[in-house]
Amino acid sequence: MRRTLLLALAGLLVAGTAMAHEYSVGSLKIGHPWSRPTPAGAVAGGGFLTITNTGKEPDRLLSGTTTAADRLEIHEMSVTDGIMRMRALPDGLAIAPGQTVKLAPGGYHIMLIGLKKPLAIGDRVPARLKFEKAGEVKVTFLVGNPPADGTGAGMEHH
Amino acid sequence: MRRAIWALVGLCLLLGLTQTSCDRSASPEKPAATASIGGPFRLVDQDGRSFTDKDLLGKPTAIFFGFTFCLEVCPTTLADMTRWLAALGPDGGRVNVVFVSIDPTRDTPSVLKHYLGSFDPRIRGLTGTEAEIDTVAREYRVYYRKVPLPGGGYTMDHTAGVVLFDRSGQFAGAIGYGGDPNRGVGPLRQLLGR
Repeated sequence: MRRTLLLALAGLLVAGTAMAHEYSVGSLKIGHPWSRPTPAGAVAGGGFLTITNTGKEPDRLLSGTTTAADRLEIHEMSVTDGIMRMRALPDGLAIAPGQTVKLAPGGYHIMLIGLKKPLAIGDRVPARLKFEKAGEVKVTFLVGNPPADGTGAGMEHH
Repeated sequence: MRRAIWALVGLCLLLGLTQTSCDRSASPEKPAATASIGGPFRLVDQDGRSFTDKDLLGKPTAIFFGFTFCLEVCPTTLADMTRWLAALGPDGGRVNVVFVSIDPTRDTPSVLKHYLGSFDPRIRGLTGTEAEIDTVAREYRVYYRKVPLPGGGYTMDHTAGVVLFDRSGQFAGAIGYGGDPNRGVGPLRQLLGR
């Protein structure tokens, strides 16, 4: 009994850490979708992941939807000369054959606009991403810390 | 004097001010005092109380301009400032840490109050009318601009960086975005010791 409980707890602990998870659609591989927790009342949240095109044709992340927010957009942010700018990418994000595109803090990201509730550590945010050629794929953004494999690097320093 | 000019040049670069305005400010013909940063303002805090530049005097100040719709720079900077206050311990009560919204249409006092509930309770959130925010941003050399989003609504471009003042309200340096999350602790301690 006690052992079962301990095993269950160990399972919970493992599930609570930011384990890498992957998805495949067509010739695309999607690595570890994750989000940061958001402050109280925040209207916007971010989604980060990597997309690798293992095929011979270019593809493009076009759009997406989520039940956690009113809408999902693809954006790029930058801090240049001390000024923060954020721009929507209305034509989406191209992924060349053989290329891995990183959506990470400080650069390309998925913007969740009109959050139904703040994102808290441990939350799982379901989303559908639509690619020009590979089609649609269901992914889950894990809310927590950046993955340890460096895909969360970007401008993060901790 | 020379140091003050270089500090100002540094701030201009950091804040991304146009070359001309910085050249003029740092010109040796004009005393640095004419190129002051900061100025009089009257805004409201997250409790709906009036808050003016006079309320900052007597304590060193760290001030940051942002907005709550902001995805990354603003929550990260507020989290950093929360960390600085914690690191200062009891001295955290002897500094002003201020977040001024450059998106007053959405950031009402109650929105600010809710949002700032996720950070150190000593952080003052300030908002006002569009004209009042325009004035304070100009005084503090902060750039901001509304940018429409294709799916509706808008986001804001804005100067990302924390500006420091000593207890008499004199400009005392700036802290850029990103890097060591504890990078503000040293400068604030230094200002407390002055």
